[in-house]
Amino acid sequence: MRIFRFVAAALIALSLVAGEGVRAQETQSPAAEEIMRRLQQAFFYAGQDFAAKVGMRLVDKTGHERRRSLTMLRLNAKEGRNQKYYTYFHAPADVRGTAFLVWKYPDKDDDRWLFIPAIKLVTRIAARDNQSSFVGSDFTYEDVSGRDLGADAYKLLREEAMAGRDCYVVESNPKAASAFSRKVSWIDKTSFLPVKEEYYDVQNELFRVFTADEVKEIKGHPTAVRRTMKNLKTGHYTEVVFENVDYDAGLEESLFSERSLQTPPAKWIQ
Amino acid sequence: MRVRDRSCALLLATLVCAPAEGQVILHGFAQAGYAARVTGATLPSGGGDFLVGEERLQLSLSGRIPAQVGGFAAKADFFHDAVTGKVGLEIREVYLDVGGGTIGARVGRQVITWGTGDLLFINDVFPKDWTALFTGRPLEYLKVGSDALKLTGQVGPVGLEAIAVPFFEPDRLPSAERFFLFDPFPQITRRTSEKPRTDLGNTELALKVSGSLSGWDLALYAHRGYYRTPIMVPDSTAAAPSLLLRYPRRNVYGASARGAALGGVVSLEAGYYDSREDRSGADPLLPNSQALFLAGYQRQLSADFTVGLQYYGERTLRYDRYLSNLPQGFPRQGELRQLVTARLTRLSKYQTWKLSVFGYWSPTDEDFYLILEVWHSLADGVWVSAGANVFGGRSKTSFFGQLDKNDNVYVNLRYEF
Repeated sequence: MRIFRFVAAALIALSLVAGEGVRAQETQSPAAEEIMRRLQQAFFYAGQDFAAKVGMRLVDKTGHERRRSLTMLRLNAKEGRNQKYYTYFHAPADVRGTAFLVWKYPDKDDDRWLFIPAIKLVTRIAARDNQSSFVGSDFTYEDVSGRDLGADAYKLLREEAMAGRDCYVVESNPKAASAFSRKVSWIDKTSFLPVKEEYYDVQNELFRVFTADEVKEIKGHPTAVRRTMKNLKTGHYTEVVFENVDYDAGLEESLFSERSLQTPPAKWIQ
Repeated sequence: MRVRDRSCALLLATLVCAPAEGQVILHGFAQAGYAARVTGATLPSGGGDFLVGEERLQLSLSGRIPAQVGGFAAKADFFHDAVTGKVGLEIREVYLDVGGGTIGARVGRQVITWGTGDLLFINDVFPKDWTALFTGRPLEYLKVGSDALKLTGQVGPVGLEAIAVPFFEPDRLPSAERFFLFDPFPQITRRTSEKPRTDLGNTELALKVSGSLSGWDLALYAHRGYYRTPIMVPDSTAAAPSLLLRYPRRNVYGASARGAALGGVVSLEAGYYDSREDRSGADPLLPNSQALFLAGYQRQLSADFTVGLQYYGERTLRYDRYLSNLPQGFPRQGELRQLVTARLTRLSKYQTWKLSVFGYWSPTDEDFYLILEVWHSLADGVWVSAGANVFGGRSKTSFFGQLDKNDNVYVNLRYEF
């Protein structure tokens, strides 16, 4: 009887331990994915819509500086993960009035249109490579509008403090050939914004570093209003400052159309 | 000249004073552009190697009209043509925008661009400056403004553009003073040009209906107007023979589609040119009606490298009539003229350098035109472009073949503010 009880207890204990173990194993990798999903939500999908005036400083290793000023509008689809982006350039002078429209789909190539004001031409541009530079900066299209979640495998490396914030440290490994071989992200445990990201090339050398330099809470959404991407190989870096940030401003679907490329919506382009 | 000087001064003063009002934004650029023929050939007219030598100041004013009425924009170019020594003022654009949203209007001189072609035009029936293209001037100078009323509307997913152009604007073509060109009537030197009179009945009308269907941009076009390239009509009744250059009536009907496919962007366009004054094709001086079509494919091969390919064809209708009426000694055009184009664009150094090659090649005319360009941004708003235009062909009478001796190199420097 006693032995029976002991065996039963042992079996229960064993199953509990095993269960825990299985659960722990199950949670480990989904946890990393869940962190990245929440990062994408906080960093690229916050609010139903988003509007900001974006200032960029492109600085080369000699300190020579170029500037970009643009208005960025974003609208999330009511359902699903599709998004629309509208970008209008204020400066520099040689691109002033240029407008750029992107309909972003998580599962296929984006649709992209470009308006060239000097000849009043709306053209469609091929958008194969999301890792090309966004307007000559150190940021890629992917850095601006997000990388597909399914593109990488994720691993939670550890948890540690970075820049005074408690962070998850997640490694992303691209499933297909990519501009980086791995990326390590420090993700704020409360806001789920990236605090820092390191990009390693195929030789496993660190070549690009992203930092969120200033975070503000706007309409309940923590927002990285100042961020930098530095290329360690070229010494070039780009600092981006978001101003007049607004969420749920009531951007209409019709803003994200060819018509807005031709005639910029004055209400939103300040 | 004095009146013009005064008006220039007045305009300048207005432009310079305007920003004080606060509602008005002043921009513009200073630009110098030079193009020289490098074939060493001397023009029969005695002209030199320089095709372009000019300094240009563009002042551009724009702003909102209060009370949500709309906006306005004006672009005026002051230029000095160093080749001829002439000084001039060119009003590139001046227009007012009223309304918007569901219905709006743009009234005044404006640039209008339609269609999907890359340096190939079927439904873009609006005026162009081919000289600008052939001499490497910045792309915007390929387009010439139309003095037009444009109404735009949006009915659900369908966009409408209705345009009325009362004042005819021809294409700007290379002139014999600066270019080697094929001339079918070299012995006739007295020439007069006759544009359609500015009668209400001669107003050009154009309509575009556009929409989008599962990621494809679709459009239908119609235009009632004129050919913008003149025909030459010899007049032998006068004491001395002369040539009349005039612009025959034409209607254009067309359609285009453009969307993401095959890992890039695919565009398709077609048009029918209805030569209203010679539908039967009997008059050899007038163009026959034509069917035109275009297919394009553009693809990004790597992060900063893009390739574009196009196939274009124009089929002359009533070709048998054309053949039987063609005067002896005139060069004969084929029934189907085909063109293939390729564009390669490479950006580098944080997009401060752009290398591009654009080539036209016609397997039917056996001629070609190649544009090679290097563009470099020196700093924000400052860029320089340098390149070469190379023409060639088997025959001296085909479209590009006639330009064979005009191979040129060019340089443009611009500061925008």
